[in-house]
Amino acid sequence: MSVRGRASLIGVVVLLTAVIAGLLIGPVRIAAADVLRWLVTFGDRPPGMSEQQEAILFELRLPRVIVAGLVGASLAASGAAYQAVFRNPLADPYLLGAAAGAGLGATIAVSYGPSDAFDLTVPVAAFIGALAGVGLAYALGRSSLGGRAVTSLVLAGVAVASFLTAIQTFLQQQRSETLRQVYTWILGRLGTAGWDDVRLALPSVVLAVATLWAVRRLLDVIEVGDLEAESLGLNVPRLRLLVVIAASLATAAAVSVAGLIGFVGIIVPHAVRMLGGGSYRSVLPLSVLFGASFLILVDILARTVAAPAEIPIGVITALIGAPFFAAVLRRSGRAAA
Amino acid sequence: MRDGATALVVRDLSVELGGRPIVTGIGLDVPSGAWVCVIGPNGAGKTTLVHAVAGLLPHAGSVDLWGRPARTLGRRERARAVAVVPQLPVIPEGVTVEQYVLLGRTPHLGLLAAEGPRDHEAVGAAIERLDLGWATGRRLQTLSGGELRRVVIARALAQEAPLLLLDEPTTGLDLGQQLRVLELIDELRRGGGITVVSTMHDLTLAGRFAERFALLSAGRLVAEGSRTEVLASHVIAEHYGAAVRVIDDDRIGWAVVPVRDSEA
Repeated sequence: MSVRGRASLIGVVVLLTAVIAGLLIGPVRIAAADVLRWLVTFGDRPPGMSEQQEAILFELRLPRVIVAGLVGASLAASGAAYQAVFRNPLADPYLLGAAAGAGLGATIAVSYGPSDAFDLTVPVAAFIGALAGVGLAYALGRSSLGGRAVTSLVLAGVAVASFLTAIQTFLQQQRSETLRQVYTWILGRLGTAGWDDVRLALPSVVLAVATLWAVRRLLDVIEVGDLEAESLGLNVPRLRLLVVIAASLATAAAVSVAGLIGFVGIIVPHAVRMLGGGSYRSVLPLSVLFGASFLILVDILARTVAAPAEIPIGVITALIGAPFFAAVLRRSGRAAA
Repeated sequence: MRDGATALVVRDLSVELGGRPIVTGIGLDVPSGAWVCVIGPNGAGKTTLVHAVAGLLPHAGSVDLWGRPARTLGRRERARAVAVVPQLPVIPEGVTVEQYVLLGRTPHLGLLAAEGPRDHEAVGAAIERLDLGWATGRRLQTLSGGELRRVVIARALAQEAPLLLLDEPTTGLDLGQQLRVLELIDELRRGGGITVVSTMHDLTLAGRFAERFALLSAGRLVAEGSRTEVLASHVIAEHYGAAVRVIDDDRIGWAVVPVRDSEA
């Protein structure tokens, strides 16, 4: 079997394991055999399972696992996509202003929006914020250095992210009564994930990830640099724009249902490169598979480590991600030297 | 259409970068199947000329490929006619030789198309042509400079473009590798009907492989023609600012030899 085939197989097995673990683990014990039977019959309640247990599975655990999977897949795939088009191993939804923009949008909605409209105003505002954040970074990056240096875009993203975060902090200070709500939201809120969140995120995630998946071959072309990619007949600015829009849509969808969860876009693509090589033909599909698994597993940690309390999921990804980020930084520093 | 016609006709080509003229008023004719070498001192505009011909830089003047104005060709169509081997190719990390050569098929595929048997056939042929069969699954980082150069040429061959532009194809290679790469290009040209335009610094090697020469100096074409016309000691002395002796005898062969002031 090819390296890619083996890696994909591992990815599918890990994802299935993560999904089943996510359904099994929780304060209410449900027999594993019953859960498996319930799954393979698509929700036909086995005799040994009570109605209450079924409700826990269907109303609480299953949507939570699906949302975690969608969010993980989105963040990992968009991280990989940003890394390809900006040719920067540290590019990530957080570095480019996407997440900060989403955060600001959400904060505005929470602080100034109608108080009873939390369910839809926040995600829509987050999406608009994410696109505005990346758009701003893109415009600033293009205008500096004539847009020729790819790094100028990432630097612009960092500047935009700091700026938007500053505004967000200011707004939070102004509206301290919503501080707690915003704060909980920012650190991730998979704890309340339900079918509404699945319905909210699914269309954007599917559209964005399918787009990235479809152009993964061209991400390899863009990796040889703008000039060489143009000499191979690729319209580089157009592809870069398409990929940025798709990745930002995925990021916004993730942020709008789960809040700000950092580092997934860096951890997962780098890990799958070690497993299946550097070609985006494998990096992208594997990032989707392992990104989903990773976040489902981290979410299990988040709700069990300090049970009955929950640790915000963003705290755990940051604890894993920050050292990982440092390692990648050191490695790319050595490669450049 | 491609046989017999002139492969490349450049007329009055000028490129400005940041308001500064880099090359000005270049005219060049390259017959189908020929090897034309663009020479000139550092900063003369050789690479700029190559990039303009490939359509990678905005330029004034015209570029015709087999009688068709290059402006009228789409990006992919142009990339199917002209392949570029850059002087310092960007080597992506963690990618295998086969995946890299496959990039050469980009202009043959639509935005969302996947490679078909025909594409894999072209890649296989290019890999075999460059004796890289042993390396298909190897990652690019594990290859030597000479092997990498061959892989980049294989990518250009997989592109199946009849005009091959090579920017300093021997940079960074040892003498043996330089000879092997140039012999290979010559074989491809003679056997595969490919037209070659290359830039080169080593005038002895250039003189032994190319058929015609174009000398650029300060962005202008100052001499064009055969080896005896362009690679003459007084011409080289004037534009490179170096004293040379051009040797052509039966025992040594043809060579451009630098002369130190103390020897003059």
